[in-house]
Amino acid sequence: MLATKSSVIPGFGPTLGYTLFYLGLIVLIPLAALFFRAAGMGWEQFVQAAFAPRVLAAYRLSFGGAFIAAAINVVAGLLVAWVLVRYEFPGRKLFDAMVDLPFALPTAVAGIALTAIYAPNGVIGQLLRPLGIKVAFTPIGVVIAMVFIGMPFVVRTVQPVLQDLELEHEEVAASLGANRLQVFCLVILPNLLPALVTGFALAFARALGEYGSVIFIAGNMPGISEIAPLLIVTKLEQYDYAGATAIAVVMLVAAFLMLLVINTLQKWRQSRFTAN
Amino acid sequence: MNSKRTLHLLAFLALAGTALTAPAKADTTLLNVSYDPTRELYQEVNQAFAKEWKAKTGETLKINQSHGGSGAQARSVIDGLEADVVTLGLSYDIDAIAEKTGLIGADWANRLPYEATPYTSTVVFLVRKGNPKHLKDWPDLVQPGIEVITSNPKTSAGGRWSYVAAWGYALHHYDNDEAKAKAYLTGLFKNVPVLDSGARGSTTTFVQRGIGDVLLAWENEGILAVEQLGKNQFEVVIPSISVLAEPPIAVVDKVVDKRGTRAVSEAYLKFLYSPQGQEIAAHNHYRPRDPETAKRHAKEFPEVKLFTVQSLGGWHALHKAHFQDGGIFDQISGVAKN
Repeated sequence: MLATKSSVIPGFGPTLGYTLFYLGLIVLIPLAALFFRAAGMGWEQFVQAAFAPRVLAAYRLSFGGAFIAAAINVVAGLLVAWVLVRYEFPGRKLFDAMVDLPFALPTAVAGIALTAIYAPNGVIGQLLRPLGIKVAFTPIGVVIAMVFIGMPFVVRTVQPVLQDLELEHEEVAASLGANRLQVFCLVILPNLLPALVTGFALAFARALGEYGSVIFIAGNMPGISEIAPLLIVTKLEQYDYAGATAIAVVMLVAAFLMLLVINTLQKWRQSRFTAN
Repeated sequence: MNSKRTLHLLAFLALAGTALTAPAKADTTLLNVSYDPTRELYQEVNQAFAKEWKAKTGETLKINQSHGGSGAQARSVIDGLEADVVTLGLSYDIDAIAEKTGLIGADWANRLPYEATPYTSTVVFLVRKGNPKHLKDWPDLVQPGIEVITSNPKTSAGGRWSYVAAWGYALHHYDNDEAKAKAYLTGLFKNVPVLDSGARGSTTTFVQRGIGDVLLAWENEGILAVEQLGKNQFEVVIPSISVLAEPPIAVVDKVVDKRGTRAVSEAYLKFLYSPQGQEIAAHNHYRPRDPETAKRHAKEFPEVKLFTVQSLGGWHALHKAHFQDGGIFDQISGVAKN
């Protein structure tokens, strides 16, 4: 059906072949190897390794932390994108470039820097200490590291959509008597929602898999501040390959399902939106 | 900032330079895969041994070293890192290589004196200058409000020795009452805010980030921290009783046979037992095996009541009871039921 449509790049067959080959080589083969390893364990052994109390605590922290971090990033990222698109101010280009820094910075550097700042004797940690708030070496620290590395995803997905949004729509709404809140909720937000959802999904996925920056600030206490990726590495270092694989498979399946749900929701919403 | 960057750049260029020129000169290269705190020790050993080897055989030798948590290092070897010799923190880790891959003969511990452990160490407390929290011995560590820094006993050899030292103390103190010893460890780990995966990581947390009141450290690592990082910042406290830590060494049989480096690898390990090797070990704050060398350095190594791992049942029994999933370490960290 698609193939009959003429396209700028000719040759549906070769390009599809290439795509499948490429995806297979880069994505599918390593993942298949993972499942293959896991399949070598008995079902009971798998359940025991993948759903032990310590592992469950790590999933809770990893998935919960990634969810909270992505939610924070959606709000904060939208704000940043809004300011960068809608206002002219000196140094805007500079701030715009800074948004990408968490992309480029080696994650270990980010982790060490965050830890230094939020540790009880760090610049910010010192201020929080009298208030009884501990950030570094607690789950809060984990969320902060995840917010840091996920932020660009939201800004960069929302920014172009915001740029293309025509100001006239807002002016029309205003001239028809909508107040500012109504304009934002009923005109701007529906247009941005797909981009926000995509940004959320990307930030969530990134935070879920993040290892380098989180382990420095996490504290890594079993059951409290130990993320699932660290547990995988720990298992490997205990020569427990099967256990590590089991956790990896659970994370992979869970992440895939969540991303699938998010994408489906978005498709469903879009079709409803356009139908209206 | 800028000068620092220039320095880094220069260091990088220098490194790149050596990497490019070194292999062309060396006739033979060896890879020593070691654990975390032995960087300084083996730098000195490698230099001295290469010199001796050159004098003896005329062959130029370059010994590369690799460091990391003992468990992670053993896993690299299991996964195919071609180490000629392994010098790890724990005989359990060399056993793991032998059992999982057969790269090392099962009798490795019997091939060299003292069950293939040329130097020993123990677990001590590193505290901040003046010992402001008055931490003198094991019971002080479980006081409320004390922060103890140690590394993960499941992955780090140093962490495991520290854990075993605390366990051994508690068993001695409570007359082998395991329930009470477990309660002591529970209290101890309640005071641990950060668990790094290797011993060097814990040292960095304690020394450079200023976290915690006391670091459970290898004796060599503790003395090194005091010496290099700040004489007026830290103190070593020797507890009343601790564990005799015996880091083992072995030639990786299948690798040296393939690469034709058996003779030099075996000579390298034997060198550690020689008077010169023992002197270098002592100089790097490892307790030497050789009685004469030990006598010369007696002042640096205060006498401590030391118990062996064998007296606690040996590594395999300890591993099974404490470090397997659901074992005592999982129980005291609250992620497994008693």
